[in-house]
Amino acid sequence: MVEVAPFIPFFLAAGLGLFLRGWARGLLFIAVPVLGLANLWQLGASVPGLEFGHYTILDFNLLLFKADRLSLLFGYLFHIAALLSVIYALHVRDTLQQVASMLYAGSALGAVFAGDLITLFIFWELLALTSVFLVWARRNGRAYMAGLRYFTLHILSGLLLLGGVIFYSQAHDTLAIGQIGLDGSLFENPAGWLIFLAFGIKCAFPFFHGWLIDAYPESTPTGTVFLSAFTTKVAVYGLARAFPGTELLVYIGATMACFPIFYAVIENDLRRVLAYSLINQLGFMVVGIGIGTSLAINGAVAHAFNDVIFKGLLFMSMGAVLHVTGKINGSELGGLYKKMPKTTVLCIIGAASISAFPLFSGFVSKSMVMSAAIKNGYDGVWLILLFASAGVFHHAGIKIPYFAFFAHDAKLPAREPPVNMLIAMTIAAALCLTIGIYPQALYSLLPYEMSYTPYDVTHVLTQLQLLFFSALAFVWLNLRHLYPPELPSVNLDVDWLYRRLVPDIMRAGFTRLFALDNRLRQAALSGVERLVEGIASHHRAEGVMARNWLTGSMVAGVVLLLGVYLILGWF
Amino acid sequence: MSGEKQDFFDNPDNIRKMLRVFYGLCAALFAADFVIHRHTEFRWEGLPGFYPIYGFVGCVVLVFAAKWMRTFLMRPEDYYDRRELADFDAADSGEPTEEDPTIYLDGGQDRG
Repeated sequence: MVEVAPFIPFFLAAGLGLFLRGWARGLLFIAVPVLGLANLWQLGASVPGLEFGHYTILDFNLLLFKADRLSLLFGYLFHIAALLSVIYALHVRDTLQQVASMLYAGSALGAVFAGDLITLFIFWELLALTSVFLVWARRNGRAYMAGLRYFTLHILSGLLLLGGVIFYSQAHDTLAIGQIGLDGSLFENPAGWLIFLAFGIKCAFPFFHGWLIDAYPESTPTGTVFLSAFTTKVAVYGLARAFPGTELLVYIGATMACFPIFYAVIENDLRRVLAYSLINQLGFMVVGIGIGTSLAINGAVAHAFNDVIFKGLLFMSMGAVLHVTGKINGSELGGLYKKMPKTTVLCIIGAASISAFPLFSGFVSKSMVMSAAIKNGYDGVWLILLFASAGVFHHAGIKIPYFAFFAHDAKLPAREPPVNMLIAMTIAAALCLTIGIYPQALYSLLPYEMSYTPYDVTHVLTQLQLLFFSALAFVWLNLRHLYPPELPSVNLDVDWLYRRLVPDIMRAGFTRLFALDNRLRQAALSGVERLVEGIASHHRAEGVMARNWLTGSMVAGVVLLLGVYLILGWF
Repeated sequence: MSGEKQDFFDNPDNIRKMLRVFYGLCAALFAADFVIHRHTEFRWEGLPGFYPIYGFVGCVVLVFAAKWMRTFLMRPEDYYDRRELADFDAADSGEPTEEDPTIYLDGGQDRG
């Protein structure tokens, strides 16, 4: 059996994609995830704990491919995500974007199957390097600036990871990836904390989430679909691998689940709303990893799996709206259900899935995390997550479809998007429903064995009550005109710190520095001037050095000199 | 709308009917709490009406908090662009940066 690391076909296809055009490239790019999935399925079916691809760099024994149930699940997921995104982007004729997206998907697969930390680091940086082109592919000023900021933060994440790996290699004999943990303070365990922070940046932890809501909505309609699938999920995988059961993660996750929904309610750019809800969903996964029981970890990775598909579906539907109308702000959209009925239905399926309606995919994974939270005594966190569940329905479940497709009819010229977009969305919607109706298919792939039934009377009833009454709140607020209207606006978030505050401080600092520099120059110049003036004044007419010497005084000098000689000659 | 085909949601009667069905479902779900026995793990969870009230109040609080956040977080749409894109040609950026800030769409009510 030939053993091929899953990232290799993607990289080869990207190389070939540079020379192919049109349908040939499209066919190749569709074939790669399909064949890759078959390859991975075969690899996963062989021996548990499969590994190959040993190589050596600088005395380190490195491992290109190591698979267990956890990484295999993410592997399958990334193939499915790549396939959906490629189909969605089939109509695109942009070599830069298409090649970068293949390299990006491949890098994510490389990172997930990396057997050691150095290999992980290499793919970690490749993820940043390849994905930034998807932001720049929009080819306008905003995308260019957002891409630069995105790239800077991700390279920083990579450098932190490298620093962590160096500390780790000093303390351990091996660089194999396993539990790292956060035992001890920063000084006792620098490797753990640095790696944690590196993962945290990629996972959009609070205060490090600016890049996500900044860059993702600036990408192309198709680029955002790729972006939403890979980077953050690789970070979730890393956390599940290296930091399961770290209690800090429970509180970080609860914060992530909670704060973005406030922003999402008042955000105008609908893809930015989805970016906020991406952080909100990551929060549920991070809580699950933090709890660390087998049910919680299963819930976290299952939710990651579902999130890629339903968030992908939502980004695809909003991408379709942007592609067709050229607009994405809630204040400019509305009434599109008449001209885009298929997209509307598909978007609503995605919205129902993210809101965790029974029979949709979010329900079967979110309830695992919730159950785990309450079983392990995190009552406060459970209440926060419940609030976040109601909130996510409010902004992603209702606001997105409502303001894009219903609401006030903006009478935009629109039609259904290209057929490949519809096909990709249909497949994603079908997956959402399949997993929601038959969750055992997903559960059988999860890392831990377990018996969990999401569909019992209590779960279904309570979830329906929660969702219906959040919807009731929306209806009531909207009828009473209390709902905040969509306004063309920018809301300040942490990215304000490095987009406004730091530049402003630097600008003020530089202004002061220039003023000081100016004063010093002035002082030095005037000093030199005075010196020159002083010297010149002695040489000017009437100056000491410019006076005439009298002949008499010259003679007197000579006489004095001769006299000295005479006296010297005397002796 | 005259001269055009009237779509489903353009007719206020349809919306009224749908809302009535929706209210009925909400009432039924609330009533179910008193009929169906739920197994509970959290001490407040067993209270009848816990989930409906939590969902409703949570969302109302969410919306009011978000509206309040607007008072100090909201900036004009070109807040960053004015400075960051100063070097870019306006034609190059391809996106309109100037918007009439008085356009309010559905749900229209001034921010308060």
